[in-house]
Amino acid sequence: MLRTFRIGGIHPPENKLSAGKKITALAVPTQVVIPLSQHIGAPAQAVVKKGDTVKVGTLLGKAGGFVSANIHSSVSGKVNKIDDALDASGYKRPAVYIDVEGDEWEEQIDRSETLNKVCNLSSKEIITKIAEAGIVGLGGATFPTQVKLTPPPGTNAEILIINAAECEPYLTADHSLMMEKGAEILTGITILMKAINVKKAVIGIESNKPDAISLFKHMIVHFEGIEIMPLKVQYPQGGEKQLIDAVIGTQVKSGALPISVGAVVQNTGTAFAVYEAVQKNKPLIERVVTVTGKNVANPSNFLVRIGTPISSLIAAAGGIPENTEKIIGGGPMMGKALVSTEIPVTKGSSGVLLISNKEAVRKPMRNCIRCSKCITVCPMGLNPTLLMNTSEFRNWDLAEKNYIVDCIECGSCSYTCPANRPLLDYIRLGKGKVMGIIRARKS
Amino acid sequence: MENKLVISPSPHIHSGDSIPKNMYGVLIALIPSFLVALYYFGLGALVVTLTSVISCVAIEYVIQKYMMKQEPTIYDGSAILTGVLLAFNLPSNLPIWIIVLGAFAAIGIGKMSFGGLGNNIFNPALVGRVFLLISFPAQMTTWPLPGKLPLTYTDGNTGATILSLLKEGASNLPSYPDMLLGNLSGSLGEVSAIALLSGMAYLLYRKIITWHIPVSILTAVFVITGIMYLADPVTYAHPLVHLLTGGLLLGAIFMATDYVTSPMSTKGMLVFGVGIGVLTSVIRLFGSYPEGMSFAILIMNAFTPLINTYFKPKHFGGI
Amino acid sequence: MLLFAIIVLGGIGIVSSILLYLTSKKFEVYEDPLIAQVQEVLPAANCGGCGYPGCSGFASACVNAESLDDLLCPVGGREVMGKVAAILGKDAGTTEPMIAVVHCNGNCEARPRTNHYNGVNNCTIASALYGGETGCTYGCLGFGDCVTACTFGAILINPVTGLPEIDEDKCTSCGACVKACPKSLIELRKKGPKSRRIYVSCANKDKGGVARKACTNACIGCSKCEKECPFEAITITNNLAYIDYRKCRLCRKCVPICPTKAIHKLNFPPKKEAAAGSKETEKELI
Repeated sequence: MLRTFRIGGIHPPENKLSAGKKITALAVPTQVVIPLSQHIGAPAQAVVKKGDTVKVGTLLGKAGGFVSANIHSSVSGKVNKIDDALDASGYKRPAVYIDVEGDEWEEQIDRSETLNKVCNLSSKEIITKIAEAGIVGLGGATFPTQVKLTPPPGTNAEILIINAAECEPYLTADHSLMMEKGAEILTGITILMKAINVKKAVIGIESNKPDAISLFKHMIVHFEGIEIMPLKVQYPQGGEKQLIDAVIGTQVKSGALPISVGAVVQNTGTAFAVYEAVQKNKPLIERVVTVTGKNVANPSNFLVRIGTPISSLIAAAGGIPENTEKIIGGGPMMGKALVSTEIPVTKGSSGVLLISNKEAVRKPMRNCIRCSKCITVCPMGLNPTLLMNTSEFRNWDLAEKNYIVDCIECGSCSYTCPANRPLLDYIRLGKGKVMGIIRARKS
Repeated sequence: MENKLVISPSPHIHSGDSIPKNMYGVLIALIPSFLVALYYFGLGALVVTLTSVISCVAIEYVIQKYMMKQEPTIYDGSAILTGVLLAFNLPSNLPIWIIVLGAFAAIGIGKMSFGGLGNNIFNPALVGRVFLLISFPAQMTTWPLPGKLPLTYTDGNTGATILSLLKEGASNLPSYPDMLLGNLSGSLGEVSAIALLSGMAYLLYRKIITWHIPVSILTAVFVITGIMYLADPVTYAHPLVHLLTGGLLLGAIFMATDYVTSPMSTKGMLVFGVGIGVLTSVIRLFGSYPEGMSFAILIMNAFTPLINTYFKPKHFGGI
Repeated sequence: MLLFAIIVLGGIGIVSSILLYLTSKKFEVYEDPLIAQVQEVLPAANCGGCGYPGCSGFASACVNAESLDDLLCPVGGREVMGKVAAILGKDAGTTEPMIAVVHCNGNCEARPRTNHYNGVNNCTIASALYGGETGCTYGCLGFGDCVTACTFGAILINPVTGLPEIDEDKCTSCGACVKACPKSLIELRKKGPKSRRIYVSCANKDKGGVARKACTNACIGCSKCEKECPFEAITITNNLAYIDYRKCRLCRKCVPICPTKAIHKLNFPPKKEAAAGSKETEKELI
C-alpha cells in the first residue's frame, strides 16, 4: 500500500500529455517584460532606469521587505521602460521592459554543464546566496525560499521534504526536470539540508512517474540521507500540509506552520534553482514551463527565460487550437485563467494550459442536494457547502468557527459537486474577508 | 485571437458528476426489485409504479411552472425517483386515486412546500407513504399474495405480512429462501432481500451512497432484536427475520440514504443510522404498528439538522 | 364537567398572569421614554447608515448626545432630524444631505470587452480574480454587488449601459453600496442645491493613452480642468481628476473643457451658451 494523505482527495484524469518530452530551450524573444512582483510579499524595488544596459543576471529589482525577492534580468539589452504591465494576477503591476540585444551574461555565472557536487559554504552563506538569487517556491505558491529556510526562533527543523508530487493534471515540468537534471536536483537537496541543518530528506513523488522513481532510486545511493517515497496518486498531494501528512504521517494543526512538526517542504524545481544559485552563481532567470492541452499540436516542456510572453511559448508548441476558450497559467485545478496571450512567464509559471470550449464549460448551478460529496473530498476536512452558505450570506462568525481560513483552495469541492455549485468561489471570498477580520482584531 | 478568452475562477475542470447522474443511478439500482415485483405481483406492480411516477412528475411540473414560476427541473430524475420509491412502499392493489393523493402529499407537501429539491426536511416518498398509511389504514395494510406474473390488479387474494403475523403471535413463518427471493406478501418493492442488496452493491460501486447509513441501521436492528430473541425466543422472532422482512432493507438502502434528508458527516451518518435502527426495532417489538421503518426514518430526518450541527467532519490537524 | 374545565383553565390563567406580572416587575429594564419617542419618528429601516446599530441605537445616541450636530439619519434626512430635535428640545444639526455617486461611465459602447467572464455574478469574486472584462482594470464590473447591498432599491444596473444608476429619490446615503463595491467606485457626495452636482465619472489611474484606449469616456489626467477651475477644487493624482465637493461652487467651467466628457453635471437647467461653447472646444481639441 502506497502512502497518501488521510483526509479527502480526488483523482481527476491525469492527462500528462507532455510526459517524457525532452526539455527544449526556447529562443530568447525580442522583448521581455519582467514584473517586479513575481512572489508573495512586497514587490521588489527597481534599481535600473530607462536606457540602462543590462546583462543576463543583472539585478533589476531589490527585495522590498523581509518577505520579498530579488528580480534579475533574464536577457541582455536595454531597459526600454519601467511601466505597468498586465500579469497573471489579471491586474496591471509595475514591470521592467527590456529590448533584447545579443545574449551576454554576467561574468560570475558559471555556464558550464559540469556537475559541481561539493559545497563548502556554511548554512548562513547558503541562505544569503539563495536570497541574492531571488529564489522563490517554484511549485506555484512563489513564497520566497530564504524566508522558508530561516525557521522562526524556538523551532527546529528535523526533516526536509521535497515535493515532487506534481499532483496537478497536465503539468510535467517537475517530472521532466527530474528526468534530465537528477544529479543537480539531488545536489540541491543536499545543499538545502545543509542550509536548515537536517540529516534527512524525503522526496515525495506520486507513483504515476515510475521512470523518475527508478532513476532516483539508482542515484540516491550517491547522496547521503536522501530517501525517495512513492505516493498513491491523489490530488492535492502537492499541498504542503497534505504532503507532510503523506510522508511523515503527522498533521499540521490549523493555523500552524509546517515547521511546528519539524518539517520544511521545498519543490523539486526549487532544489534545482538552489543548486544553480549556490554552485553556479546563477540567479533565477529561467524555468521549465509545460505547454499543454488536449488540442495542442505539440505538448512540450520548455526552458523559458522569465519575462517571455506566453504567446511565443504557445507558438512553439504549435499555436492556439481553433476551439480554445481558456488559457490557464498553471494546472486546471488551481491555475489562473489568463486575460491575454501577452502575459509574461514569471517565476511561478509552471504551465500554460489551453482548454477547449468543451472542457471549459461551467454548467448552471442547482440547489445543494446535501450529498456531502464535497465534505468527503475536502483534504482539509472542512464542510464546503456550509462555508459557501456562510460566505453567500456574509455570516463571517460562523465561517471562522468552521475553519474557513484553513481552506487551501485546491478546488476539489467545486470539481466534485454534482449540482455544479461554485463552492470554492464563495469560500475564497469568505476566506479573504475572515482573514481580514482576524488581522484587524490582532492589530 | 478572434474569440475572446474566457476567464473564470479555478478549478477549470469538473468531474462531470451531476444530479441526474445520481438520481438515475439510484433508479438503476431499483430495477432488480422492480423486476421481482413484476414477477410476483404482475400487472398490479406496473400500474401502481406507473401511476405514482407519472403523478409525481406531473405534480412537480405544475407546481414549479405555475406556482413557483421556475424553470421546471423534472428531467433531473428526482421526481421520478420519489415516484418509484413511493410506489415501492405501497401494496400492489392500491386504487389509483389513493396513489395520486399519495403522490400529491409526497411532492406537494413533502418536497415543494419547502422550496423543492435540496430544501425538504423529510423524505418526500415517506411523507406520501405515511400520509396514506394514516389516512387509509385498511387499503394500505391489505397486501395481495404473491403469484406468478398475475394479470389481476385490484382483485385477488390478500394476506398479511410477516411482521403483522409476528404481532399476532403466529409461528408458521415463510422460509428464509422465500424471504430472500421475495415470495411473500408486502409492499411491492420491499419483498426481495436479494434484489435490494444487489441494488445496494451497485450504489456502493457507483459511489452514490456510502456504507455508513445502511450498515449502521442493519447492525442496530440486528443487535436489538438479537438481544430480545436471546432473552425470550418464544415471543420474539429471530433477528434475521427482522432484517429480511418488512421495509427494513428498502428503507435502509434507498430511503434513509436520501442525500437531502440525511446528515453530511460520516459520524453523523452513523448516529443517524443507529437512531433509525433503534427506533425501528422499538416500534416493531413494542409499538402498536407492525412496521416502524417509515416512522423511524421520518423522526430521524427531523434530527438531521441537529446532527449536522453537532457532528462535524473530522478537521485536518484538529486531533 | 364544563364548570370544572372553566375553573381549571381560569385558575391557570390567573396564576400565570400573576407570575408574569411579578417577573416583569422584577426584571424590568429602565429605558428613557424619550428613546421610544425618538424611535417612533425614525424610519425603522435599521440600515446602520448613521453609524449606529439600528434605529434604536441611533435614537439612544440622539437622546444622550449634547447636540445633534454630528448626528444625521441619512434615510430620514433633514425632515426627520427636525422632528427628533423637536422631541428632544435640541437644535437640529447642520450636516448636509449626501448622495451616492458612481465614478465610472464605462458603458458597453465606450469600453469594448476584451474577454468574457464566466463565473458567479458577484463583483467581489470577479475582482479577486482579475481586473474585469474590459481593458480598464479600475472600472465597474457590473455584477451588482451594490444593488444587492442597497436595502432601499435605490441602485439598479441599467441593462443598456451595464452600469449602476442611482435613484435620487430613494438614495438615503446610508453608504452600504460604498462598502460593497470592491473597486471603490461609489462615493458619498454632497447632494447639492436642487440636487445639482458635478463630479468626475471615472476611476482609471492609468496613463492617458492607456486609459483612453480602454475606454473612450475615461479621464486621461490631462489637467485641463485643474487649470480651468477658479476655486482650486480639482486635483489630479495618479492621472485622475477629482473634484472636491467641499470647494466646488458648481460654476461648470470644467464640464465643457473635458476632452473625454468625463466630468458630469447633474440636474442643471440647459445652458445655451455653454452648450455651444463646449462643442467648439471639443473640435479644437480633436
